[in-house]
Amino acid sequence: MTVAATPVREESRLRSMADFYATTIRTAIQTEFQYRAATYMYMLGMVAEPVIYLVVWSTIARSQGGSVAGLTPGDFAAYYIVWTLVRNMNIVFTPYGWEHRIREGQFSGLLLRPLHPIHYDIAQFAGGKVVWVLFYLPIAVGLTIAFKPTLHVSPLEVAVFLVAIWGAYLIRTMNLWLLGMVSFWTTRASAIFQTYMMAELLLSGRLVPLKLMPGWAQSLAAWLPFKWTFYFPIQALVGDLSTASLAGGLGMQALWTAIGSVLVWLFFRASIKRYTAVGN
Amino acid sequence: MRALQIGWLYFRVGAMNELQYRANFFVQLFQSALALGVAVVVLRLVYSHTTELNGWSQSELLVVLGIQLLMGGIVHAAIQPNMQRLIDEVQDGKLDYALTKPEDAQVIVSVREIQIWQVVDVISGGVVIGVGVSGVDHAVGVVDVLTFIGLLLLGAVLIYCFWLIISTGAFWIVRMWFISELFEGIFQTGRWPIGIYPGWLKYSLTYLVPIGFAITVPAQAVTSRLEWTTVVVAVVFAVVLFGFTRWFWRFGLRRYSGASA
Repeated sequence: MTVAATPVREESRLRSMADFYATTIRTAIQTEFQYRAATYMYMLGMVAEPVIYLVVWSTIARSQGGSVAGLTPGDFAAYYIVWTLVRNMNIVFTPYGWEHRIREGQFSGLLLRPLHPIHYDIAQFAGGKVVWVLFYLPIAVGLTIAFKPTLHVSPLEVAVFLVAIWGAYLIRTMNLWLLGMVSFWTTRASAIFQTYMMAELLLSGRLVPLKLMPGWAQSLAAWLPFKWTFYFPIQALVGDLSTASLAGGLGMQALWTAIGSVLVWLFFRASIKRYTAVGN
Repeated sequence: MRALQIGWLYFRVGAMNELQYRANFFVQLFQSALALGVAVVVLRLVYSHTTELNGWSQSELLVVLGIQLLMGGIVHAAIQPNMQRLIDEVQDGKLDYALTKPEDAQVIVSVREIQIWQVVDVISGGVVIGVGVSGVDHAVGVVDVLTFIGLLLLGAVLIYCFWLIISTGAFWIVRMWFISELFEGIFQTGRWPIGIYPGWLKYSLTYLVPIGFAITVPAQAVTSRLEWTTVVVAVVFAVVLFGFTRWFWRFGLRRYSGASA
């Protein structure tokens, strides 16, 4: 006997999707709140990275008579303090987690659910961010007192920044999903992951504001998605970008998110056929 | 002496175990080469904008980088895996197996694991130190080299003490998954001479997390910066910290109740 499936109306599909996101985000927030001490310690380790860059470049700026490439210690302080917030937003499901997920057969459970598994990761980590950013704020205050940033922002810059950090989150989610899916094909993917991380470090503005990089590296960065996940969101707030470049930046973020989504969709369909799990 | 014998025994067993997985050597080699490449790129970038960093030339900073790589290799090969296992076993209540052995428990928990492929970092760090030293203007004498090696060993002991104190914390705080992330983050500060950090951070990185003693001080020995007072302070600090670590470990151990049995 066959039963004709009732077509789900577009409106209710959207509503159930929104419902799914709201619920998952709420659960993630509650989970994250349970492990406050551990989260804080983890963050302290994370904050070491920008503090090192900040101290090194401020030292150079001072030794060069107050600024390097037009950036003063106060500018560096602003850059790297905002960096930390952007970094928090950029934490997504890691490729190393993928290795584990596939090896342990955890993917089976995700595949049984009715939605594309990427929605679970997006919602889960989006919820975590609410908590991390909340925890981060006192650290930001501490860094501000210690390093005295110079920061002048307009309401428009704040608005663009608030959108851009989510754009960065989506782009990085797509990138690291693509990278993680390599684990479907090989069990020794860590060398590939590390190569990616190094390229990202150098070409995203994570290591230094891109204008300190040699010209050819800046041209190369313009063709890659990395700078839209670090440099652009940070510059949107601390730089003096024109309204046109702010809008253009958001456009580029939308473009890279779209490219990433299509690639994830295609690559996932090809990869999932290779997935086998024992047990579970 | 007994401690050394036990350490050697575990080292041999661990090494034989690891030698079964030779492909890991190439993975490690690749990762070390990549990490070294990026570190050198960063140094070049810094020195394309300046000629000296807080009085340190590029060659001198190469020495600092080499020491940081070498020390990182030692930590990852012999210290961190043991401490990680200790934390896990406290959490799972499996530490009983180590405690019931008829030897000093601190020795046992400190020597059980060895990851020999990490030695790649020790060697590449050594090479980087060599390249750096050859570019330094001042002559480096035999005394300097011996002091340097002595200070490196002292540094390794200090980092071991630091790790054991933190890991002993697992007797009170059970969930310690963040510890290696935290250490890795802070350990990166050692890539630069600690003199560049603002005062509060400099003192934290000397006495709270002994990175200054473990990395910057040995670098001072081969770049003609070392004052003998620093050596005395380092030795006294190491003795005090080692004593404190031993006491703290025993203090923590009393809280351990086991969970498996």
